[in-house]
Amino acid sequence: MCSYIVEKARLVGTAKGPNSRWMRVDTANVYYDHPYEAQLDHALCVDFICEADGGRERVAIEISRESALELMERIKAALASGDATHTKAAAWTGSQADVAALF
Amino acid sequence: MAYQGMLADTVKFRARNGDTGDAYYAWPTGQGKFPGVVLIHHMPGWDEWITEATRKLAHHGFATISPHLYFREGPGSPDDVGARVRAAGGVADDQVVGDADGAAAYLPAQPHANGKVGVIGYCSGGRHAFLIACKSSAFNACVDCWGGNVIVDDPKALNVKRPVAPIDLADKLNVPLLGIFGNDDENPNKDQVNRTEAVLKKLGKDYAFHRYDGAGHAFFNTSRVAFRAEQAADGWAKVFAFFHKHLGNTA
Repeated sequence: MCSYIVEKARLVGTAKGPNSRWMRVDTANVYYDHPYEAQLDHALCVDFICEADGGRERVAIEISRESALELMERIKAALASGDATHTKAAAWTGSQADVAALF
Repeated sequence: MAYQGMLADTVKFRARNGDTGDAYYAWPTGQGKFPGVVLIHHMPGWDEWITEATRKLAHHGFATISPHLYFREGPGSPDDVGARVRAAGGVADDQVVGDADGAAAYLPAQPHANGKVGVIGYCSGGRHAFLIACKSSAFNACVDCWGGNVIVDDPKALNVKRPVAPIDLADKLNVPLLGIFGNDDENPNKDQVNRTEAVLKKLGKDYAFHRYDGAGHAFFNTSRVAFRAEQAADGWAKVFAFFHKHLGNTA
Protein backbone atom coordinates (compact mmCIF):
# COMPACT_ATOMS: atom_id res chain seq x y z
CA MET A 1 0.00 0.00 0.00
CA CYS A 2 2.41 2.71 1.19
CA SER A 3 -0.37 5.24 1.20
CA TYR A 4 -1.21 7.99 3.61
CA ILE A 5 -4.91 7.21 3.36
CA VAL A 6 -6.57 7.45 6.76
CA GLU A 7 -10.24 7.12 7.60
CA LYS A 8 -11.22 9.21 10.61
CA ALA A 9 -14.01 8.18 12.99
CA ARG A 10 -15.26 10.62 15.60
CA LEU A 11 -15.61 8.99 19.01
CA VAL A 12 -16.74 9.65 22.54
CA GLY A 13 -14.97 7.56 25.13
CA THR A 14 -11.73 6.54 26.78
CA ALA A 15 -8.86 4.18 26.02
CA LYS A 16 -6.04 2.60 27.97
CA GLY A 17 -2.91 0.62 27.20
CA PRO A 18 -0.79 -1.59 29.46
CA ASN A 19 0.79 0.21 32.41
CA SER A 20 -0.79 3.48 31.38
CA ARG A 21 -3.53 5.77 32.54
CA TRP A 22 -6.89 6.12 30.92
CA MET A 23 -6.99 8.79 28.23
CA ARG A 24 -9.91 10.55 26.65
CA VAL A 25 -10.34 9.68 22.95
CA ASP A 26 -12.29 11.61 20.34
CA THR A 27 -10.86 10.18 17.11
CA ALA A 28 -9.93 6.84 15.59
CA ASN A 29 -7.50 6.99 12.68
CA VAL A 30 -8.18 3.84 10.68
CA TYR A 31 -6.01 2.53 7.85
CA TYR A 32 -5.20 -0.69 6.04
CA ASP A 33 -1.50 -0.69 5.24
CA HIS A 34 1.84 -2.08 6.30
CA PRO A 35 1.84 -2.41 10.09
CA TYR A 36 4.72 -1.28 12.26
CA GLU A 37 4.86 -4.24 14.64
CA ALA A 38 2.45 -7.04 13.69
CA GLN A 39 3.97 -9.76 11.55
CA LEU A 40 1.51 -9.22 8.73
CA ASP A 41 2.06 -7.93 5.22
CA HIS A 42 -0.92 -5.63 5.61
CA ALA A 43 -2.94 -4.91 8.71
CA LEU A 44 -6.03 -3.02 9.71
CA CYS A 45 -4.62 -0.42 12.04
CA VAL A 46 -6.44 1.87 14.42
CA ASP A 47 -4.88 4.70 16.37
CA PHE A 48 -7.17 5.95 19.11
CA ILE A 49 -6.22 9.53 19.88
CA CYS A 50 -7.65 12.71 21.37
CA GLU A 51 -7.30 15.57 18.92
CA ALA A 52 -8.80 17.95 21.45
CA ASP A 53 -5.82 17.22 23.71
CA GLY A 54 -3.29 17.60 20.90
CA GLY A 55 -3.46 14.11 19.44
CA ARG A 56 0.13 13.20 20.31
CA GLU A 57 -0.63 10.13 22.44
CA ARG A 58 -2.38 7.06 21.15
CA VAL A 59 -3.63 3.60 21.91
CA ALA A 60 -2.97 1.49 18.84
CA ILE A 61 -3.96 -1.86 17.38
CA GLU A 62 -2.72 -3.67 14.27
CA ILE A 63 -4.82 -6.70 13.33
CA SER A 64 -5.28 -8.92 10.31
CA ARG A 65 -7.99 -8.25 7.76
CA GLU A 66 -9.86 -11.35 8.94
CA SER A 67 -9.59 -10.21 12.54
CA ALA A 68 -10.98 -6.82 11.60
CA LEU A 69 -14.00 -8.35 9.89
CA GLU A 70 -14.60 -10.66 12.85
CA LEU A 71 -14.28 -7.72 15.24
CA MET A 72 -16.81 -5.71 13.23
CA GLU A 73 -19.31 -8.57 13.44
CA ARG A 74 -18.76 -9.02 17.19
CA ILE A 75 -19.23 -5.28 17.76
CA LYS A 76 -22.52 -5.40 15.89
CA ALA A 77 -23.60 -8.48 17.82
CA ALA A 78 -22.63 -6.95 21.15
CA LEU A 79 -24.54 -3.77 20.39
CA ALA A 80 -27.60 -5.71 19.26
CA SER A 81 -27.74 -7.94 22.33
CA GLY A 82 -26.95 -5.03 24.59
CA ASP A 83 -29.68 -2.88 23.08
CA ALA A 84 -32.20 -5.71 23.48
CA THR A 85 -31.26 -6.30 27.09
CA HIS A 86 -31.20 -2.64 28.01
CA THR A 87 -34.61 -2.15 26.41
CA LYS A 88 -35.99 -4.95 28.57
CA ALA A 89 -34.26 -3.53 31.62
CA ALA A 90 -35.70 -0.09 30.99
CA ALA A 91 -39.23 -1.52 30.80
CA TRP A 92 -38.84 -3.79 33.84
CA THR A 93 -40.92 -3.08 36.89
CA GLY A 94 -39.56 -5.84 39.10
CA SER A 95 -37.07 -5.66 41.91
CA GLN A 96 -33.43 -4.59 41.63
CA ALA A 97 -32.41 -8.24 41.97
CA ASP A 98 -34.65 -9.23 39.08
CA VAL A 99 -33.05 -6.58 36.86
CA ALA A 100 -29.57 -7.71 37.84
CA ALA A 101 -30.47 -11.25 36.84
CA LEU A 102 -30.89 -10.09 33.24
CA PHE A 103 -27.15 -9.52 32.87
CA MET B 1 35.28 -5.65 0.02
CA ALA B 2 33.60 -5.85 3.39
CA TYR B 3 34.37 -3.49 6.24
CA GLN B 4 33.70 -5.24 9.52
CA GLY B 5 34.98 -2.26 11.40
CA MET B 6 32.62 0.65 11.45
CA LEU B 7 31.35 3.42 13.66
CA ALA B 8 27.72 4.45 13.95
CA ASP B 9 25.99 7.20 15.84
CA THR B 10 23.02 9.50 15.89
CA VAL B 11 24.08 12.86 14.50
CA LYS B 12 22.50 16.21 13.79
CA PHE B 13 22.04 17.33 10.21
CA ARG B 14 20.91 20.61 8.74
CA ALA B 15 17.56 19.99 7.12
CA ARG B 16 15.31 22.08 4.91
CA ASN B 17 14.80 25.70 5.94
CA GLY B 18 17.72 25.46 8.34
CA ASP B 19 15.89 23.08 10.67
CA THR B 20 18.06 20.70 12.66
CA GLY B 21 17.11 17.04 12.64
CA ASP B 22 18.41 13.70 13.80
CA ALA B 23 20.08 11.28 11.43
CA TYR B 24 21.68 7.88 11.84
CA TYR B 25 25.18 7.78 10.41
CA ALA B 26 27.34 4.70 9.93
CA TRP B 27 30.72 4.75 8.26
CA PRO B 28 33.43 2.18 7.63
CA THR B 29 36.66 2.57 9.50
CA GLY B 30 40.02 1.90 7.96
CA GLN B 31 42.17 3.41 5.26
CA GLY B 32 40.90 5.24 2.24
CA LYS B 33 38.10 7.51 1.22
CA PHE B 34 34.57 6.23 1.08
CA PRO B 35 31.59 7.14 -1.06
CA GLY B 36 28.50 8.42 0.68
CA VAL B 37 24.89 7.31 0.57
CA VAL B 38 21.75 9.02 1.82
CA LEU B 39 19.27 6.36 2.90
CA ILE B 40 15.61 7.42 2.80
CA HIS B 41 13.53 5.49 5.29
CA HIS B 42 10.30 3.68 4.55
CA MET B 43 6.84 4.88 5.43
CA PRO B 44 6.66 3.23 8.88
CA GLY B 45 9.45 5.54 9.85
CA TRP B 46 12.99 5.72 11.16
CA ASP B 47 12.92 2.30 12.76
CA GLU B 48 15.33 -0.44 13.76
CA TRP B 49 15.53 -2.02 10.32
CA ILE B 50 16.47 1.32 8.80
CA THR B 51 19.47 1.49 11.14
CA GLU B 52 20.35 -2.09 10.16
CA ALA B 53 20.21 -1.20 6.46
CA THR B 54 22.39 1.85 7.15
CA ARG B 55 25.00 -0.33 8.83
CA LYS B 56 24.80 -2.88 6.02
CA LEU B 57 25.76 -0.23 3.50
CA ALA B 58 28.62 0.86 5.77
CA HIS B 59 29.76 -2.77 5.96
CA HIS B 60 30.05 -2.70 2.19
CA GLY B 61 32.08 0.48 2.08
CA PHE B 62 29.58 3.33 2.03
CA ALA B 63 29.47 6.12 4.59
CA THR B 64 25.70 6.18 4.98
CA ILE B 65 23.40 8.69 6.58
CA SER B 66 19.71 8.10 7.18
CA PRO B 67 17.88 11.33 8.03
CA HIS B 68 14.84 11.07 10.28
CA LEU B 69 12.32 12.59 7.89
CA TYR B 70 9.65 12.73 10.60
CA PHE B 71 11.78 14.56 13.18
CA ARG B 72 9.51 17.59 13.10
CA GLU B 73 6.73 15.46 14.64
CA GLY B 74 8.96 14.29 17.47
CA PRO B 75 9.99 13.56 20.08
CA GLY B 76 8.70 10.07 20.66
CA SER B 77 9.19 6.49 19.60
CA PRO B 78 9.47 6.00 15.82
CA ASP B 79 6.11 4.24 15.63
CA ASP B 80 4.26 6.98 17.50
CA VAL B 81 5.95 9.70 15.47
CA GLY B 82 5.11 7.79 12.28
CA ALA B 83 1.46 7.58 13.34
CA ARG B 84 1.34 11.35 13.75
CA VAL B 85 2.84 11.85 10.31
CA ARG B 86 0.32 9.50 8.75
CA ALA B 87 -2.56 11.25 10.49
CA ALA B 88 -1.27 14.53 9.09
CA GLY B 89 -1.27 13.13 5.56
CA GLY B 90 2.43 12.37 5.30
CA VAL B 91 5.40 14.62 4.67
CA ALA B 92 5.54 17.07 1.80
CA ASP B 93 7.66 16.16 -1.21
CA ASP B 94 9.56 19.45 -1.25
CA GLN B 95 10.37 19.02 2.44
CA VAL B 96 11.78 15.54 1.80
CA VAL B 97 13.91 16.77 -1.11
CA GLY B 98 15.24 19.61 1.05
CA ASP B 99 16.00 17.27 3.92
CA ALA B 100 17.77 14.84 1.56
CA ASP B 101 19.90 17.70 0.23
CA GLY B 102 20.78 18.58 3.81
CA ALA B 103 21.77 15.00 4.58
CA ALA B 104 23.82 14.84 1.38
CA ALA B 105 25.69 17.98 2.39
CA TYR B 106 26.71 16.31 5.64
CA LEU B 107 28.67 13.59 3.82
CA PRO B 108 31.41 15.35 1.82
CA ALA B 109 32.23 17.35 4.93
CA GLN B 110 33.47 14.20 6.66
CA PRO B 111 37.22 13.50 6.55
CA HIS B 112 36.72 9.98 5.19
CA ALA B 113 34.47 11.01 2.28
CA ASN B 114 35.42 10.63 -1.38
CA GLY B 115 32.93 13.32 -2.41
CA LYS B 116 30.46 11.13 -4.31
CA VAL B 117 26.94 10.67 -2.92
CA GLY B 118 24.15 8.27 -3.84
CA VAL B 119 20.59 8.04 -2.62
CA ILE B 120 18.60 4.91 -1.85
CA GLY B 121 15.06 4.59 -0.54
CA TYR B 122 12.64 1.86 0.39
CA CYS B 123 8.85 1.78 0.08
CA SER B 124 7.67 5.42 0.18
CA GLY B 125 11.37 6.20 0.42
CA GLY B 126 11.85 4.55 -2.98
CA ARG B 127 9.39 7.03 -4.42
CA HIS B 128 11.21 9.80 -2.58
CA ALA B 129 14.56 8.62 -3.97
CA PHE B 130 13.18 8.73 -7.52
CA LEU B 131 11.81 12.20 -6.85
CA ILE B 132 15.08 13.40 -5.31
CA ALA B 133 17.00 12.13 -8.33
CA CYS B 134 14.74 14.27 -10.53
CA LYS B 135 14.75 17.43 -8.42
CA SER B 136 18.15 17.60 -6.73
CA SER B 137 21.64 18.07 -8.10
CA ALA B 138 23.36 16.76 -4.98
CA PHE B 139 23.57 13.11 -6.01
CA ASN B 140 25.53 10.89 -8.38
CA ALA B 141 23.34 7.76 -8.42
CA CYS B 142 19.91 6.63 -7.24
CA VAL B 143 18.36 3.33 -6.11
CA ASP B 144 14.58 3.00 -5.92
CA CYS B 145 13.55 -0.06 -3.91
CA TRP B 146 9.87 -0.79 -4.61
CA GLY B 147 8.77 2.81 -4.44
CA GLY B 148 5.00 2.97 -4.80
CA ASN B 149 3.07 5.82 -6.41
CA VAL B 150 5.85 6.82 -8.80
CA ILE B 151 3.06 6.42 -11.30
CA VAL B 152 -0.21 7.87 -10.01
CA ASP B 153 -3.25 6.36 -11.69
CA ASP B 154 -5.80 8.13 -9.53
CA PRO B 155 -5.47 11.94 -9.74
CA LYS B 156 -7.13 12.15 -6.34
CA ALA B 157 -3.88 10.80 -4.89
CA LEU B 158 -2.21 14.10 -5.79
CA ASN B 159 -2.52 16.85 -3.23
CA VAL B 160 -0.74 19.86 -1.79
CA LYS B 161 1.96 17.72 -0.19
CA ARG B 162 2.41 15.47 -3.23
CA PRO B 163 1.39 17.70 -6.15
CA VAL B 164 3.16 15.87 -8.97
CA ALA B 165 3.55 12.22 -9.86
CA PRO B 166 7.31 11.51 -9.90
CA ILE B 167 7.02 9.86 -13.31
CA ASP B 168 6.02 13.24 -14.72
CA LEU B 169 9.43 14.56 -13.65
CA ALA B 170 11.35 11.68 -15.23
CA ASP B 171 12.74 13.89 -17.99
CA LYS B 172 14.68 15.69 -15.25
CA LEU B 173 16.25 12.49 -13.89
CA ASN B 174 19.92 13.40 -13.92
CA VAL B 175 21.71 10.36 -12.47
CA PRO B 176 21.84 6.62 -13.18
CA LEU B 177 18.88 4.80 -11.63
CA LEU B 178 18.66 1.26 -10.28
CA GLY B 179 15.19 -0.17 -9.60
CA ILE B 180 14.53 -3.21 -7.39
CA PHE B 181 11.01 -4.66 -7.41
CA GLY B 182 9.06 -7.71 -6.29
CA ASN B 183 6.69 -9.14 -8.85
CA ASP B 184 4.07 -9.86 -6.18
CA ASP B 185 4.01 -6.25 -5.00
CA GLU B 186 0.70 -4.40 -5.18
CA ASN B 187 2.23 -0.92 -5.12
CA PRO B 188 4.06 -0.71 -7.40
CA ASN B 189 2.51 -3.60 -9.28
CA LYS B 190 4.10 -5.23 -12.31
CA ASP B 191 2.18 -3.07 -14.75
CA GLN B 192 3.26 0.13 -13.03
CA VAL B 193 6.89 -0.99 -12.99
CA ASN B 194 6.66 -1.80 -16.70
CA ARG B 195 5.13 1.59 -17.46
CA THR B 196 7.81 3.37 -15.43
CA GLU B 197 10.50 1.51 -17.35
CA ALA B 198 8.83 2.38 -20.66
CA VAL B 199 8.98 6.08 -19.83
CA LEU B 200 12.65 5.88 -18.84
CA LYS B 201 13.48 3.96 -21.98
CA LYS B 202 11.66 6.44 -24.18
CA LEU B 203 13.54 9.31 -22.52
CA GLY B 204 16.86 7.55 -23.02
CA LYS B 205 17.69 7.51 -19.32
CA ASP B 206 20.49 5.46 -17.75
CA TYR B 207 18.59 2.88 -15.74
CA ALA B 208 18.47 -0.82 -14.83
CA PHE B 209 15.40 -2.53 -13.37
CA HIS B 210 15.50 -5.89 -11.59
CA ARG B 211 12.31 -7.80 -10.87
CA TYR B 212 12.05 -10.74 -8.50
CA ASP B 213 9.57 -13.60 -8.62
CA GLY B 214 8.32 -14.90 -5.29
CA ALA B 215 8.82 -11.51 -3.65
CA GLY B 216 6.46 -8.68 -2.85
CA HIS B 217 6.87 -5.39 -1.05
CA ALA B 218 9.77 -4.85 1.35
CA PHE B 219 11.46 -8.17 0.69
CA PHE B 220 14.85 -6.91 1.99
CA ASN B 221 13.36 -6.29 5.42
CA THR B 222 14.55 -9.05 7.73
CA SER B 223 12.13 -7.99 10.45
CA ARG B 224 9.03 -8.56 8.34
CA VAL B 225 7.20 -11.60 7.01
CA ALA B 226 7.82 -10.13 3.56
CA PHE B 227 11.54 -10.97 3.81
CA ARG B 228 12.82 -13.23 1.02
CA ALA B 229 16.37 -14.30 1.73
CA GLU B 230 17.44 -15.42 -1.74
CA GLN B 231 15.94 -12.49 -3.59
CA ALA B 232 17.19 -10.02 -1.00
CA ALA B 233 20.76 -11.32 -1.22
CA ASP B 234 20.76 -10.89 -4.98
CA GLY B 235 19.12 -7.48 -4.75
CA TRP B 236 21.60 -6.18 -2.18
CA ALA B 237 24.49 -7.41 -4.35
CA LYS B 238 23.10 -5.43 -7.27
CA VAL B 239 22.77 -2.33 -5.07
CA PHE B 240 26.38 -2.56 -3.89
CA ALA B 241 27.73 -3.15 -7.40
CA PHE B 242 25.70 -0.25 -8.78
CA PHE B 243 26.84 2.18 -6.12
CA HIS B 244 30.47 1.10 -6.40
CA LYS B 245 30.33 1.59 -10.16
CA HIS B 246 28.93 5.09 -9.94
CA LEU B 247 30.28 6.33 -6.60
CA GLY B 248 33.69 4.69 -6.52
CA ASN B 249 35.74 2.68 -4.05
CA THR B 250 36.22 -1.05 -4.52
CA ALA B 251 33.44 -3.55 -5.03
